[in-house]
Amino acid sequence: MTAQEVRLCGLLLQEHFGEVVERIGTHLLRGGAQNLRTIANETNTPLDLHGACDFGSGRRGPGSPVEYRASCERVLRVLRYPRYIYTAKTLYGDTGELIVEEVLQRGHMTMSNTVKTVADRLTHNMEEGRSMEYSEVVSAFSKLVETHFLQRCPPVAEMGTAATSTTPATPSTPAAPASTAPPTAESNPDCYKLPHVTLIGRGKRRRSSDDSEEQRGGKKAKMDSESCGDEGIYWLVNFERFHQHFRDQAIISAVASKLDQTSSEIVRTMLRMSEVTTTQTAAYTQPLSANEIFRSLPPNYSISRPILDQYLSLLVDDPMEFVGKSGDSGGGMYVVNLQRALANLARATLESVVQERFGSRSARIFRLLLRKRHLEQKQVEDFAMIPAKEAKDMLYTLLSENLVQLQEIPKTPDHAPSRTFYLYTVNQLPTARLLLQHCYKTVANLIERRLFETKENKRLLEKSQRIEAILASLQASGAEPEQLTEVEEMITAPERQQLEALRHHINKLDSTENQVDETVFLLESYIFSTKTK
Amino acid sequence: MVGLGHSRGRGKGYMSFSIEAVGIGKGENLPPSILQPTPLFPPVEHKPVPLVMGEEGEYMLALKQEFRGNMKNLPFYVRPAISKKDVERYSDKYQNSEPSDNTIEWNPDRGSWFSLMIGFCPFLSVTDTSLSTRVDKEEIIHNLEVGITLEEEVTSDEEEGEKKKQEEEQQDGEDEYDEEEETDYIMSYFDNGEEFGGDSDDNMDEAVY
Repeated sequence: MTAQEVRLCGLLLQEHFGEVVERIGTHLLRGGAQNLRTIANETNTPLDLHGACDFGSGRRGPGSPVEYRASCERVLRVLRYPRYIYTAKTLYGDTGELIVEEVLQRGHMTMSNTVKTVADRLTHNMEEGRSMEYSEVVSAFSKLVETHFLQRCPPVAEMGTAATSTTPATPSTPAAPASTAPPTAESNPDCYKLPHVTLIGRGKRRRSSDDSEEQRGGKKAKMDSESCGDEGIYWLVNFERFHQHFRDQAIISAVASKLDQTSSEIVRTMLRMSEVTTTQTAAYTQPLSANEIFRSLPPNYSISRPILDQYLSLLVDDPMEFVGKSGDSGGGMYVVNLQRALANLARATLESVVQERFGSRSARIFRLLLRKRHLEQKQVEDFAMIPAKEAKDMLYTLLSENLVQLQEIPKTPDHAPSRTFYLYTVNQLPTARLLLQHCYKTVANLIERRLFETKENKRLLEKSQRIEAILASLQASGAEPEQLTEVEEMITAPERQQLEALRHHINKLDSTENQVDETVFLLESYIFSTKTK
Repeated sequence: MVGLGHSRGRGKGYMSFSIEAVGIGKGENLPPSILQPTPLFPPVEHKPVPLVMGEEGEYMLALKQEFRGNMKNLPFYVRPAISKKDVERYSDKYQNSEPSDNTIEWNPDRGSWFSLMIGFCPFLSVTDTSLSTRVDKEEIIHNLEVGITLEEEVTSDEEEGEKKKQEEEQQDGEDEYDEEEETDYIMSYFDNGEEFGGDSDDNMDEAVY
């Protein structure tokens, strides 16, 4: 938990859950697992409020005795929610998008609950007279579960044994001392099993003028929830699966931009075939024979067999090393080098950062050092073909930013400076970590700036909201156009301009956050792939 | 720089390592030394690359803002109980301020209550913080009423539970007469007259003097 990470987590918690949760969350992140009493005493919050945030965020797990833990990583995921929702939309349409959005908002939900809410929302957006069948939503839900994008929560009983189990309802599991790590969803064998629930019905359209219908609908909804058979089975969004998908997308687009469309299609086919056989942390996919690849290519990409072989050998020979050859049986066994690909993507990110911040000549020096590992001052000047004075200047700038390190190699045991080699070097992994922390700091700064801008113009924003509310109510009650224009003119033209500029700034800051998050994802995946060796 | 200020007159700028090795030639102009911390917003030589704003970017932006807005309406968004007082009044001590909406409206399903209550078990043994203010008591009473089944099963904390139940009953039964805070006045003494005159036409049978 670095200081930057904690700061960013605090800001995200504040935006999504309020200040109380932010205080508790930051306290937990800084101090590790703690029990309820310590938290309450140190953050001065009443105990019952703590329960609210504890459940809502869904990211703390009880330890023993009932300690609460906050996960920095989990909070940082919040930054990526729009990307998850958008991916679900591209894969499974509007229904999938709404399902994922609902589950993300609530932390975890039962299937019946999700289906009803989503059907209602979809019905609300449809034209009059049409409504959404539950069965369509259920089919989208089951597709999401089949492809592992949604998974079940670990059962409550496992978490309950950690506490002093005074309730006889808690089944006694043989593990007497509770494990310090909360059980993962994957450890549950029923992780991806759909419950046997028949949901028949249609989405209800909510009309604001039809109070009686809503009341009836409300009562009916309560009865329905009691009759559905899936109480206690909660579903989570499987972030790892989404990350796998993003990683595959990154690799495919890298191949497409480096080589051509056809090679990217081949890589896409290979990755699709190894979706289920590859574990999360595998360094490379399972070997696939050229025959299999040929058979699984999409039908609209009809290339002949010899051309496929040529493409594959081209991919293998490429210095980016995305695809490797692991054998000759079956027309050649090929793997996708996931770890190597991630390392290359991270390296490309680092190089582009140096290029944008310090210019292309500094980037040349940086790339040189990445490839040649250790170089002396003189050698750097020679290989980079940059005059000595400027090369020295750039090297020192990079050194002061910690992107380049100095390695001493003594010739004599007494480390005399006149008889020591000083070599410049770049270590990819620590540099990637450094850049990741910079990214976190960037996002935190962006959020703070956005909050500042909103606070500065609070009066103006409130005024415009009030006027919009007045306009809406006037329109609903059928007012004449003169009244509407009169109300609209209550906002003066310079104020309107100011509001426009404010909206523009806030949108820009928000979309910048989304973009920085893409870099964060790449660097995080790379660092994570090197950790699990 | 090493030894620069501490040379013992052995010739100007004697240092413990040879400068050539690091790359500074003889007689070169070194950049001026830094006398103050770097500015907070240093001038940027290379302008940053403009944002990528396609259809996808705009859609994600809309999603993000919508999500944030929706989160504010969910019960997970906890608003602190802000009491806006212009002047502190003595009667505030004896008036109930409304507990925040979140604890009343929020009704998670049975399964989630179970997991929550497990976390709350040790909560019932805490006496100090919960008995300090009346506002907290209201909320605790609410929680206790809802989780009443779990409370009955906790035998180790029975004593505290009974004590609280007694206070509950006392409070419910003798609503007007306030003994706990040690005053001799009934609750209506502390009314500041804001609700007066609301119900005027109710009871016309009694004579009005």
